[in-house]
Amino acid sequence: MKHDAEFLRHLYRRMTSIRLFEEKIGELFLGGELPGFVHLYIGEEAIAVGVCANLTDQDYITSTHRGHGHCIAKGAQVRPMMAEIFGKATGYCKGKGGSMHIADFSVGMLGANGVVGGGYNLAVGAALAAQMRKTGQVAVCFFGDGASNRGTFHEGINMAAAWKLPVIFVNENNQWASTTPYRTTTAIEDIADRAKAYGIPGVVCDGNDVFSVIETAKAAVERARAGDGPTLIEAKTYRIKGHFVGDPEMYRTKAEVQKHLDENDPLKNFANKVIAAKLLKQADLDAIRDEVAREIEQAVGEARQAPYPDESELFADLYVEGVK
Amino acid sequence: MREISFSEATLEAMAEEMERDERVFVMGEDIARQGGIFGQFKGLPQKFGTDRVRDTPISETAIVGAGVGAALAGMRPVVDMHFADFITVCMDEVVNQMAKIRYMFGGQCTVPVVLRAPDGIIRSAAAQHSQTLESWFLHVPGLKVVIPSNPADAKGLLKSAIRSDDPVLYFEHKALFPTKGPVPEGEHLVPIGKANIVRPGSDVTIVSYSMMLHRTVEAAAQLAERGIEAEIIDLRTISPIDFETINASLAKTHRLLIVHEAVKTGGVGAEIAARVAEENLDLLDAPIVRLGAPYVPIPFSPNLEKFVKITADDVTLAASKLCE
Repeated sequence: MKHDAEFLRHLYRRMTSIRLFEEKIGELFLGGELPGFVHLYIGEEAIAVGVCANLTDQDYITSTHRGHGHCIAKGAQVRPMMAEIFGKATGYCKGKGGSMHIADFSVGMLGANGVVGGGYNLAVGAALAAQMRKTGQVAVCFFGDGASNRGTFHEGINMAAAWKLPVIFVNENNQWASTTPYRTTTAIEDIADRAKAYGIPGVVCDGNDVFSVIETAKAAVERARAGDGPTLIEAKTYRIKGHFVGDPEMYRTKAEVQKHLDENDPLKNFANKVIAAKLLKQADLDAIRDEVAREIEQAVGEARQAPYPDESELFADLYVEGVK
Repeated sequence: MREISFSEATLEAMAEEMERDERVFVMGEDIARQGGIFGQFKGLPQKFGTDRVRDTPISETAIVGAGVGAALAGMRPVVDMHFADFITVCMDEVVNQMAKIRYMFGGQCTVPVVLRAPDGIIRSAAAQHSQTLESWFLHVPGLKVVIPSNPADAKGLLKSAIRSDDPVLYFEHKALFPTKGPVPEGEHLVPIGKANIVRPGSDVTIVSYSMMLHRTVEAAAQLAERGIEAEIIDLRTISPIDFETINASLAKTHRLLIVHEAVKTGGVGAEIAARVAEENLDLLDAPIVRLGAPYVPIPFSPNLEKFVKITADDVTLAASKLCE
C-alpha cells in the first residue's frame, strides 16, 4: 500500500462521515423528524469515496436517489445536507429538493436524481462541455444495477463512446433494484460486460474495498483526461439497508444481510488493512470517528433549529427571468 | 424591408448567436451533413465546424439529457428534435430534469437549453409526424414555450430563446419553413412572453399563433367584408401567456375566439378560456369560442386529414356567429 497517512485519514474521514450521517438519518426518520423518504448508502461508502479520491472540485458527478454518500464523497458539507433533508431554508436547495435532490455545484456535484437512470445523460452532457472547452475535466455518473436496465444507459454510453467523451460510468451493483434481486432481472453476471457493446473498457472491482475502487477509477479517470473516452466500472457491493428507511425487507433474510456485514463491511475492511500494514492506529481511526460524530450531531442540532423556508420562497428560482 | 424565408430567418438567428457567444452549440439528428430536414441548419457546420454543429445518434433521451448536462456545465446548447412528435421519447429529460433542476436545487444553477421542435400538420405525414403538442408544456412549471408565426418572429424569438437563462421550447411549424416575410437587417430580438397585435379591431378578439395565425388573418379580411372588425392577437409565447394583452383587447371587443391547430381538448385555448372566465368574465358579452382539431390522431388519408384542419372559412363562420 503506497498511500500516505494523511490521504488514508481523508479516506476514512469521508467513509465514516457517510456511515454516521446515514445512521443518523435512519434514526431521525424512524423518529418521525424527517419529511418525505430517505434511501441510505450504508455499505457502499468505499465506492463513492474511492472514485471521488481521483477527482477535483472542478470535475463533475451525477448521482442517484441514494445520493447522500456521493455528496459527502465529492466534498459537500454535512450541515447544509442535513438541513436540506429536514426541509429547512438553510439547506443546500433551500428546502426545495430534499434527500433525493441534493446538489452542490460549488464542488461539481450536479445533483442527486429521483428518476432511476436519470443521471447518465446529464453526466454525458457535462463531459461534452468539458471536451468542447478542452478543460481536462471529467464527469462521473454513479448508477445502480437497477438503473443499468434503463434505455438511458444505452443511449448515454453509446453517445459518449462514439464521441470519446471524458465520462466514467460507475455502476454500484448492490444486488437490489428496490425489492427485486439483480439475478431475476438481468441475465448476465457482470454489468461491466456490456461495455463490449459500446467499444469501451468494462472493468469489475471490489466495491467493498476502497483501494480496489481507487485503482480502478484512477485508470478510468486518466484515460478520460487523456481524451481516450469513457470507461464502464462495475463495483460489486451489497445494499446493507432496505430500499428506503422503513422498508420491511420481506424479500431477504436478516442472516443474508448479516453475512455481508460481517464479511464485507468497507469500513472494517479498511481498518483491518491499514492497521495490519501499520499505516494508521486504531486510536487514529477512533479520533476521526469521534470528530465526525460531533460534526454530525452539530449538523442535526442546527438543522432542528433552522427556519423552514418562507412562503415568499415558493416562486423563487423557478425562472431566472421572473415570470408569474 | 428584405424578404427571407422562415427557415433562413432561423439560420440567421443561429449564426448570429453562435458568432456572439462561443458557448452556443447545436446538436441533433441530420443537422450537420444534411442541414436539417427543413434546411434550417444549412451552412452552419461550414461556418462553425462539426464540433459546434453536431450530428447525433438517433437517441432523443441522450441528446436532450446531454443538452441539459452541458447547460449545467456552463454551455448554451440548442437541441433539434427533428420532429416535435419525438419529444415524447424524452419526456423525462424535458419534464423531470430540464424544467425542475433549477428550482429543486434552490437556484444553484441555470439551465439555458433551447429545444427546437418542428411541429404541425404537413401533407399526410400522419399521426406520428404531424402533432402540435405545445399545450403539454404549458402544464409544466419551469419551462418557457415560444411558437412564432412568421420569419421575423422566428428570428427574434430564437435569438431571445438562446439568450434566455431558462429552458425554452421553440416550436416551429413545418409548413412555415419555406414561407417568406420581411425580416429586419441585423440585430432583431422579440421578447419572450409578449404577444403581438397583428390587426387592430373592435368587434371580436381572435387569439391565435403559428400556422393558424395565417388562417385568422385571412378570415379577418372576410369578416371585414361583412362589417366585422376582428382584433387579432398573435400569442407568440405559450408559456407564459400574455394575458395583459388579451384582457386589454377584450376590454375593447368583449368577444373572444381562440384558434389553434392542436386538439381542442386540453389545448392552449382551454387555458385561455378558463383564465378569462375565472378572472374577467365581466368583460365578455358572449360565451368564449374555441376552434381546434377534433379529438383524434392526425389521419393519413388526404381526404380525412382535411377534416382535422381549420380553415379561414371555419374562423370566419365562428367569428360571425359570435358577433351575431
